[in-house]
Amino acid sequence: MAKKPQFMHFLGCIIPHRYPSIESAVKLVFEDLGMELLDMEGASCCPAPGVFGSFDRVTWASVSARNLTIAEAAGVPITTGCNGCFASLWDANYELKHDKELRKSVNENLAEIGREFKGTIEVTHYVDALYSTAGLEKIKKHVVRPLKGVRMALHPGCHWMRPKAIKKKDDSENPHIFRELCEVSGAEYVPYRDELICCGAGGAVRTADVKVALEFTKQKFESILEAGGADIIVTPCPFCELQLDLGQVEIQKHFGDEFNFDIMHVVELLALAFGHEPEEFGLDTHLQYAMRKNQPNWERLGIKTEG
Amino acid sequence: MTDSISRETIDSDEMDPDFVDKIVEAGADRIRTCIQCGTCSSVCPSGRRTAFRTRELMRKALLGLKDEVLSSPDLWLCATCLTCLERCPRQIKVTDAIVIMRNMAVKEGYMLPQHRKVSQKLIQTGHAVPIDEANQEMRKELGLQEIPPTVHSHKDALKDVKRIMEETGFNDLVEGAEMEKDSK
Repeated sequence: MAKKPQFMHFLGCIIPHRYPSIESAVKLVFEDLGMELLDMEGASCCPAPGVFGSFDRVTWASVSARNLTIAEAAGVPITTGCNGCFASLWDANYELKHDKELRKSVNENLAEIGREFKGTIEVTHYVDALYSTAGLEKIKKHVVRPLKGVRMALHPGCHWMRPKAIKKKDDSENPHIFRELCEVSGAEYVPYRDELICCGAGGAVRTADVKVALEFTKQKFESILEAGGADIIVTPCPFCELQLDLGQVEIQKHFGDEFNFDIMHVVELLALAFGHEPEEFGLDTHLQYAMRKNQPNWERLGIKTEG
Repeated sequence: MTDSISRETIDSDEMDPDFVDKIVEAGADRIRTCIQCGTCSSVCPSGRRTAFRTRELMRKALLGLKDEVLSSPDLWLCATCLTCLERCPRQIKVTDAIVIMRNMAVKEGYMLPQHRKVSQKLIQTGHAVPIDEANQEMRKELGLQEIPPTVHSHKDALKDVKRIMEETGFNDLVEGAEMEKDSK
């Protein structure tokens, strides 16, 4: 039997500290697919590319490089479920392989803690592991609870696929990979005009001015309603998930508009489609439910829970 | 009053000819080829609702209006979604140019208080968004390790992360920005 594909699991901040249901869901999904996630002991913040990359490039690259060296020591590729973490780790890995000057100063900093960036591993996103390592055919075989009749809008986010000329993941102006992956769940894809715009949270904007960030999000929601509405919005990023999920509560507070979408990370969607019960990974722990003291719309999702 | 037209002339003292060279050196190498077509502004989801104008920022950078660019809070309204970079007909790394200018702004002492705060979190905990008690409880209920196997459960690793940020001068940079703000 072939060896199980292994990944160093980079957690970041938002997944383990705000949306741990994603962490639980990815463990279920990867195990079902025969892919192994290894703990990345001692990893830190990626650190957030639009935030710390905007403050000081060398600090951003050095802290990121330290994370990369943990995986280099194990000789195992990294996988992460966050577009932000992916952008930090992938970009730092790429830049350090191509920019000698940056690599020199980063390695001087790493030498202080007995580490060195060698450039020996690859950085992947859950989307890569699912689409390219496991493959859609294999994933299809695990779908025992297709989400038939569930209207699904997508929010692919920015940093997995852009810039397309460098990342070479998908055509960021006309992407298909994330859609194909989500459609395996059996949910009905709902295209909408503003699918490809940013959720608003990135680039330190959410921190700088939350209302501006929420206006991006509101535009997306309105665009989904114009397209006939959706039951769920699926994203490959916990920071986008936070912005779309908690953002609904914040939009109501700041602008008075009420939206009611259930938001899922793609691994939460697949966990459901693979037949796992929502309480196995804690779908109802999303922040909008905690704030609104309500539950996911089980009926709309076609999932009956006991009680 | 002989003339109803207001003439706004850019004072040459405000122009720093080295400014754009520094942006080019730092990686936005095609910025000089900008034809001011405005594609960047027209696709910018931030510009749609704020005063942020990418095209104007590129023009000011080319003119060398360093102080005006670096001191403007608008510089922080880009969500780094990279759409302008994807669509620029001159293939200018627009987002990279903005990030380079942000780095310069921070060096000059321009840092928003909320950005300083998030930097202090990184310096203290190794995470921009550290764990809290409610979350620890939630993790326990989900059967996850209560404290993730990150710097949060490895003191030595956190020490290393802090050491890196001392070495790069990030601590001083964040504190320096604070001093700058206090003196204003």
